[in-house]
Amino acid sequence: MKGFYDALLDPVQPAPEGLHDGNGAAAGKRFDVYRNNVMQSLTDVMRAGFPVVRKLIGAQNFDIVAGAFIRAQPPTLPIMQRYGDGFDSFLAEVPQLAHLGYLSDVARLEQALRLSYHAADCTPVDAARLGDMPPEQIGAVRFAFAPAVQLIPSVWPLFDIWRFNTEDGAPKPQPVAQHVLITRADYDPAPHALSPAQGAWIAALMTGETLEAAQDAAGAVDPACDIATPMTLLFAQNAVTGLIPKDPA
Amino acid sequence: MSNTMKTAALLGAVAAAMTAQTTSVSAATKEKCYGVSLAGENSCKAGEGTTCAGTSTVDYQGNAWTLVDAGTCSEIELPAMADGTPRTGALEELDRDLPSA
Repeated sequence: MKGFYDALLDPVQPAPEGLHDGNGAAAGKRFDVYRNNVMQSLTDVMRAGFPVVRKLIGAQNFDIVAGAFIRAQPPTLPIMQRYGDGFDSFLAEVPQLAHLGYLSDVARLEQALRLSYHAADCTPVDAARLGDMPPEQIGAVRFAFAPAVQLIPSVWPLFDIWRFNTEDGAPKPQPVAQHVLITRADYDPAPHALSPAQGAWIAALMTGETLEAAQDAAGAVDPACDIATPMTLLFAQNAVTGLIPKDPA
Repeated sequence: MSNTMKTAALLGAVAAAMTAQTTSVSAATKEKCYGVSLAGENSCKAGEGTTCAGTSTVDYQGNAWTLVDAGTCSEIELPAMADGTPRTGALEELDRDLPSA
């Protein structure tokens, strides 16, 4: 079985021994067709999942690097929608691509968009529920997030790079760090650009910190950070699914 | 930042989120509209045997849908069909503009 598996992903290896076509003849050519289909379908999954990475490095280079990834990290789950986890860190290790420092973050963003697309639905809470709480208790509230919500921190203008390569006429990326929040308000995931301080605010909330602690985390990055913008974004995008009040002491 | 200022900023943010949500609920309601998307630009589902976004093969394909603002589906202006019959979008699948099997 090991020989079969190794030969499946490596066309240089001979077809495994002991394969027959049912009439007693060797089935090496049939095996070649099969392993070509396996590589082709996995390459298609990678192309579908990482269109911006493909655009940034070119179709031919993409197929080479995707093929190397498939051989190094073949699927561990039979669910193709999730295949591609780990491609971001794989890209970061390819020396020929080291000049594209942001490539790994772009791959992480594209994979996160796909995971968000396939994440479970859930019921959002209304911002008014937060507004109805006694003001002195709001700082102790923690948020529960929809499974479709993803945060990708980056030191690159990640959102602008993604948009520049997916939308016609999008503005050129400016040299600023952008964290990207992915939400799925209805059916389709959407990325949103955040400043590093806004990203720190959401990152703290996503790790289960209170609103007050998240405010400190954001203030540590930028004391003038405006939290109204990310707060509005979270509720408008149906990202918050629960408000966890302060534990009754 | 003092605690008072922090609390004020937090309450301000909550108020902003509440205002924004009230306005966005009415504006963001979407519905599935069949028969209005260009080939390859449907949101999801393009008839039997297809699964998802971007798989319709015919302009205004009758069994492919796109999300549009609620209430606008049948109002979308579409070119008339080759025989002059007017086209309109619908909330149900349509029999027109299907890819030839």
